[in-house]
Amino acid sequence: MEQRKEIENYTINFGPQHPAAHGVLRLLLELDGEVVERADPHIGLLHRGTEKLLEHKTYLQGLPYWDRLDYMSMMSQEHTWVLAVEKLLGVTAPERAQYIRTIFAELTRILNHLLFVGAHGLDVGAMTMFIYCFREREAIMDMYEAVCGARMHAAYFRPGGVAKDLPDGLAEKIRAFADDFPKKIDEYETLLTNNRIWKQRLVGVGVVTAEQALDMGCVGPMLRGSGIAYDLRKAEPYDAYDRCDFDIPVGKNGDCYDRYLVRVEELRQSTRIIQQCLDKMPEGDVKLANFKLSIPKREDMHGGMESLIHHFKLVSEGFTVAPGEVYLATESPKGELGVYIISRGGSKPYRVKIRAAGFNHLQALKTMCPGHMIADVTTMMGTIDIVFGEIDR
Amino acid sequence: MTPNKLDRLEQEVRTRLPALTMERLTDALVIHLAMGDLVQTMIRLRDDIALDFKLLIDLAGVHYPEREVPFELVYQLLSVHKNHRIRVKLPVPEGVLVPSISGVWSCADWYEREAYDMFGILFSGHPDLRRILNDYDFHGYPLRKDFPVTGLVESRYDVARGMLVKEPIRLKREDKEPYRESP
Repeated sequence: MEQRKEIENYTINFGPQHPAAHGVLRLLLELDGEVVERADPHIGLLHRGTEKLLEHKTYLQGLPYWDRLDYMSMMSQEHTWVLAVEKLLGVTAPERAQYIRTIFAELTRILNHLLFVGAHGLDVGAMTMFIYCFREREAIMDMYEAVCGARMHAAYFRPGGVAKDLPDGLAEKIRAFADDFPKKIDEYETLLTNNRIWKQRLVGVGVVTAEQALDMGCVGPMLRGSGIAYDLRKAEPYDAYDRCDFDIPVGKNGDCYDRYLVRVEELRQSTRIIQQCLDKMPEGDVKLANFKLSIPKREDMHGGMESLIHHFKLVSEGFTVAPGEVYLATESPKGELGVYIISRGGSKPYRVKIRAAGFNHLQALKTMCPGHMIADVTTMMGTIDIVFGEIDR
Repeated sequence: MTPNKLDRLEQEVRTRLPALTMERLTDALVIHLAMGDLVQTMIRLRDDIALDFKLLIDLAGVHYPEREVPFELVYQLLSVHKNHRIRVKLPVPEGVLVPSISGVWSCADWYEREAYDMFGILFSGHPDLRRILNDYDFHGYPLRKDFPVTGLVESRYDVARGMLVKEPIRLKREDKEPYRESP
């Protein structure tokens, strides 16, 4: 007699405490054997109410919260905020400050992509990558420390410039790093790009077509991996990007492997941008001389009453902003990081909406996962380069 | 966006969708929509070859407690091929269902869940309208202006009962109440 057995799908919890979940993600996976039928990400375990908090802080006090959004690319987050506030105020930073911000935005891109390559490697089984990448990350962290005193949460960019000029010798240090770094990228590529195991795990996994990518709201390397050359640094140039020459890498197949290649090429392009910025960077002020907006120099504060008053007003009340609204986006390492600020006058924003790239990318996981094996879920989570600070806000 | 580009976009939208109310800001074009036209207009904006807004970049809720229509939804659209942006605003009365646009852009799914979670704005035709960022058993809508920044409950571990308990928050101070106006 034929024996029949009903095999039911079963649901497992991936996370919230899982080393491959890149933080606190609770991913409900409905499995048919080893094949994923349905994926349902539950987010919000790192929700800190940043948008609400920003409504209750002055524009300057709000700045450090941005470091803590995507805590793997800190200064890129600040970049969006300071540019948006500058746009509301109708001011532009001095040229030297623009170059410094561009340099640090690109260093941050390297910082982020190194974590991506390292952690993605670790997820897929290439432990060495993680150690290699963190070696270079440490060098960039040192530059962060030299410029602002903190290794991660910098709070270095300010509306109207940057907090301080580069310390002596840092420009040379950055140049030496930028000259040396392409060799390090070659090292990573030797380990991964043509590695048979790496390709078996990545090629053809998590394919996102261009139409799907647009429909799912993908931006940044996720969109470029699918063959659409859209980069805000070219499309809507800000700071010194219009004075730099660089290429936008695009993928062809929209799979995990293409997105890996896109990011590795972006590492090389970032190095190019840094070198050009160092060449072109002029001498001069690093913040606006308008002391209604930027804090006066410390030396002047010791001697001058005016400077002391400005400082006190700025750190207690903050500068006032005219009523208006602005949406501004920059190309953060993960894609378009936008902020929509509504001001009703006064020194605090009325509403701040943060548009984080990872939010949509994680949502895309719902579409990407079904039909793949459970082992590929970690690959796909690595490829979308998620950091929960920005998704949960 | 440069003024020239905005002029051109404004012209395009006016010829293609003449019935729309538009507002020109210094750096952006804003469309003011009514609830009934939302889905139709969004499909036009997405599919029209000259407008080509293939990407829904953002959806923000805003609360204006003093207004007659207290909520507003702000959609940011982007065309990656034409490289232009547009902003769509939709006033939402309290407790009225907004037609979901998750059928137009699938990424609207989570954005609408977020608007529901944060403001209590309800959507009709949404596949799965649950809370998204706040806790499963959260009460209230935190981004409304009448919600205190400190929250309403605090949780602690009750040793006697051996469990986590939630109690009304006790650190209330008059000067820490939600700011009613900016200084």
